[in-house]
Amino acid sequence: MKVLLAKPGLDGHDVGVKVLAHGLIEAGFQVVYTGLRKTIEEIVDMAVANKADIIGMSILSGTHLVLANKMKEVQEERKLNIPWFVGGNIPAKDIEELKRIGASQAFATGSKVADVVKYFNTMKVSA
Amino acid sequence: MDDTKTKTAKGKTAKELNVKPVYLESGLEVNPVYTADDTKNSGIEKEMPGEYPFTRGIHPTMYRNKPFTIRQYAGFASPEETNERFQFLIENGQTGLNVAFDLPTQCGLDSDDARAFGEVGRVGMSIDTLADFEIAFKNIDLDKITVSLTINGTAIILIAMYIAMAEKAGYDISKLRGTAQNDILKEFIGRGTWIFPVDKSVKLVVDTIEYCAHHVPKYSPVSVCGYHIRESGANPIQEMAYAFCIAKAYTDGALERGITIDDFASRLSFNFDIYGNLFEQVAKFRGGRRLWAKIIREEYHAKKDSSCWLRMIAGGGGGGLTKEQPENNIVRSAYYALISALSGTQTMALCSYDEAYTIPTEHSAEISLRTMQIMIHEMGICDTVDPLGGSYYVEALTDKFEEEIKREMKTVEKWDGIVNAVATGKIQESVSKQAYAREMGMQTGKVPKVGVNIFTREEESKDVEFHPYDPKGADVQIEKLKKIKAGRNNEKVKLCLAQVKQDAIDNKNLMPSIIAAVKEYCTVGEIVTAMKEEYGEFKEPIFF
Repeated sequence: MKVLLAKPGLDGHDVGVKVLAHGLIEAGFQVVYTGLRKTIEEIVDMAVANKADIIGMSILSGTHLVLANKMKEVQEERKLNIPWFVGGNIPAKDIEELKRIGASQAFATGSKVADVVKYFNTMKVSA
Repeated sequence: MDDTKTKTAKGKTAKELNVKPVYLESGLEVNPVYTADDTKNSGIEKEMPGEYPFTRGIHPTMYRNKPFTIRQYAGFASPEETNERFQFLIENGQTGLNVAFDLPTQCGLDSDDARAFGEVGRVGMSIDTLADFEIAFKNIDLDKITVSLTINGTAIILIAMYIAMAEKAGYDISKLRGTAQNDILKEFIGRGTWIFPVDKSVKLVVDTIEYCAHHVPKYSPVSVCGYHIRESGANPIQEMAYAFCIAKAYTDGALERGITIDDFASRLSFNFDIYGNLFEQVAKFRGGRRLWAKIIREEYHAKKDSSCWLRMIAGGGGGGLTKEQPENNIVRSAYYALISALSGTQTMALCSYDEAYTIPTEHSAEISLRTMQIMIHEMGICDTVDPLGGSYYVEALTDKFEEEIKREMKTVEKWDGIVNAVATGKIQESVSKQAYAREMGMQTGKVPKVGVNIFTREEESKDVEFHPYDPKGADVQIEKLKKIKAGRNNEKVKLCLAQVKQDAIDNKNLMPSIIAAVKEYCTVGEIVTAMKEEYGEFKEPIFF
């Protein structure tokens, strides 16, 4: 399973996303990392080019709802259906909202790498 | 006799004594006991505080004369709100404020840029043109308040705006005070608000240093931040080593422009992080301070003692605080404050105990302030200089830190210097590997953390909170920008932007042309675009 880890928007805090990248690789996943400050269009382009099975977006500046809506919009426009999830500073009330928009899961700061890996393994089974 | 010999722990390792070995976060092994033999080469017994190489502090009497400065952070969304806050602070007798900027301003995008959507005014003040600065500082006496601009990627433009605003208001800029963070090299390692390639980014920092040295000599144009490097995962040795390499890069640039070391070094300051082992942090600062003094004297041949001072703000400690059992953070912060004072800091700032998951309340901010005040007024921390000086353990560790920081700086040299090490991602890779090791250590319990992996209890999960974001604020800002663009002399704007680009092509100092451009209300985005046409953009090496 191939995961594209992305930093959308202008937020440059990348410690968490890189920690997750290490963890996923150790757990046997293939990981492609976009680097900082990518637009949603660029992220979707990279996901397609790399044949990613899932997109993970790391957002810590509070713009997660704005960017999630954009992800949904861009994928709809391009008639794509790549599952995506969000990690970062996400208030509890926004987790349901993110799922309503279309995120398959949202991990708030403090989530364990093991929990994310576990979640991905269940996705692997269903995929 | 023989019996005492076998029982004594003097000079013995943990293995020899059959006790568990202890390693610091930096990898150094700690002996079970230290004696005078462990410090005999340090020369510390002959060294006085306020004397070169300043291991014991940069002033002879330190806090007995004046306690460290307490600085608290604050951020406001709009220039209008910032102005209100300034007025309030001045009325209440305060004299300084840190200004935080929103991400579009930090990344060089105007409020109406598509990439700025959803970000305008979110994490700080939004600045498009000089007009925003003029609103923020309306009716403010710049002689009475010192402003610290927390800005990096676009620092040259915002410093230019600050100077232009002061000039237009009739101030004598040769007397203008203030500081800017303006440490772009650390942005490539943590925080990520870089714009231009690494070498061009350093050139711009040096432009501000050169301009200020000649025209605004009381302004402190750079504060080198080990803080963010440590928060990104660096260990305490790397925090100091990378910060020193960065400071040397700016210093070298300044000297190449003909500024003397004694003119520049006294305007340089540092921002460091505190969390982790108490003795390790104290040794980090004492050893680091001694090494920095030696670098400035022995490598740069500074004449003035004050050029050799490691001036610092130390505190914060965000990386050490936890969302679990957050009240424990009050205790942690008190230790961080103690470490900072025992290390001889000039300025101290603490994170609020609830900052890991929410907007600090007035109450939590007050606890931080009181923590520092209790230490000053009840604990006797200011009574005598360098109270840990002469401790066998602390002196031995201080010596070790001086040596290890030096060794780590050599590693950076092997990577062809800091600019190359950052451009190729070498530093980012090493820092990120450590962040992962630390995180896994915490998650597996190898790195003990109270309330997180030991002494845990069932507790309600705490929700993350943000400052409420008002999208209407962004609309107002964009509307204001439109009006400015319609009302300015757009012919002059074009000429000014062309001049910025031409000066970039001719490798001139960009400060004069940027000051001229901001005076004509060129936007941050327009100026950055003109610069990008010549400099290009940083291509991020993908490392993790």
